[in-house]
Amino acid sequence: MDLTTDFFSLFQLPRAFRIDLGELDARYREIQAQVHPDRYAHAGEGVRRLSMQWATRANEGYLTLKKPLERAKYLLHLAGHDLQAESNTAMAPEFLMEQMEWREAVMEARSGGDHHELEHLHHRLRQDLQGRYEELAALLDDKRDPEAATEQVRRLMFLEKLLLEIDDALASLEDGEMDN
Amino acid sequence: MSYSVKVIDHYENPRNVGGFDKDEEGVGTGMVGAPACGDVMKLQIKVGQDGVIEDAKFKTYGCGSAIASSSLVTEWVKGKTVEQALEIKNTQIAEELALPPVKIHCSILAEDAIKAAVADYKKKHSE
Repeated sequence: MDLTTDFFSLFQLPRAFRIDLGELDARYREIQAQVHPDRYAHAGEGVRRLSMQWATRANEGYLTLKKPLERAKYLLHLAGHDLQAESNTAMAPEFLMEQMEWREAVMEARSGGDHHELEHLHHRLRQDLQGRYEELAALLDDKRDPEAATEQVRRLMFLEKLLLEIDDALASLEDGEMDN
Repeated sequence: MSYSVKVIDHYENPRNVGGFDKDEEGVGTGMVGAPACGDVMKLQIKVGQDGVIEDAKFKTYGCGSAIASSSLVTEWVKGKTVEQALEIKNTQIAEELALPPVKIHCSILAEDAIKAAVADYKKKHSE
């Protein structure tokens, strides 16, 4: 095994967005079993350190490939495409306008304690995300268009953040209800 | 992570929150967003006949540092010409608000928002 190999090779998966998550789980468990520190409790320090490095690498790889957005970012990174997630703030104005409207709606529903509306927003966003991930899969695996895929990933970063905010708002309302 | 006193002040008492009609004479609108944090910022300037920025408004969805950065620049640009407004650097914003390194992108967002607003104003003005 080679510590410098990319995560797809590490788990013997094709370098693609559409991967078999069942296979990923199985390979991850195999590696985990092989490098588990307990197996090397009586080995020399060098071997123990190496098994630790492998366990860390496998964890990092698993988390990267398991989540679609992280997997897409990693694929683009391997292909040499920089997302410029911090440095490039230019996005299509219509997209940003939509983001403002989404956030406004979430804030209003949260401050109004409107559980139903938050559930509705959550549902709508989930559908939107699903469509975008399908589009992203096609851009990465079929059309092989990294520029368009980069733009879609940049947009998905906003939407995943938004999803967290809606979850957070729902959780805070539920906490409030329990207090009452 | 703790916020600086100035960030908290701008966050709790944001200056110039709101907006202008984007089609109004002399109004320039800048919309920017940072994928890294999912923050969205809209910054508008109202420019007089003499090219001086009379008023500025913002609306930001994001963390305290992003809100403080946009609030601060709306204060700074008032009374400046559009050319002077373009000279505002994110490093000045970050320094004024004592932003930690992980929040530098919030100041970049504010600088880019001003630049986008001025660009929009110039584009409308030249038409």
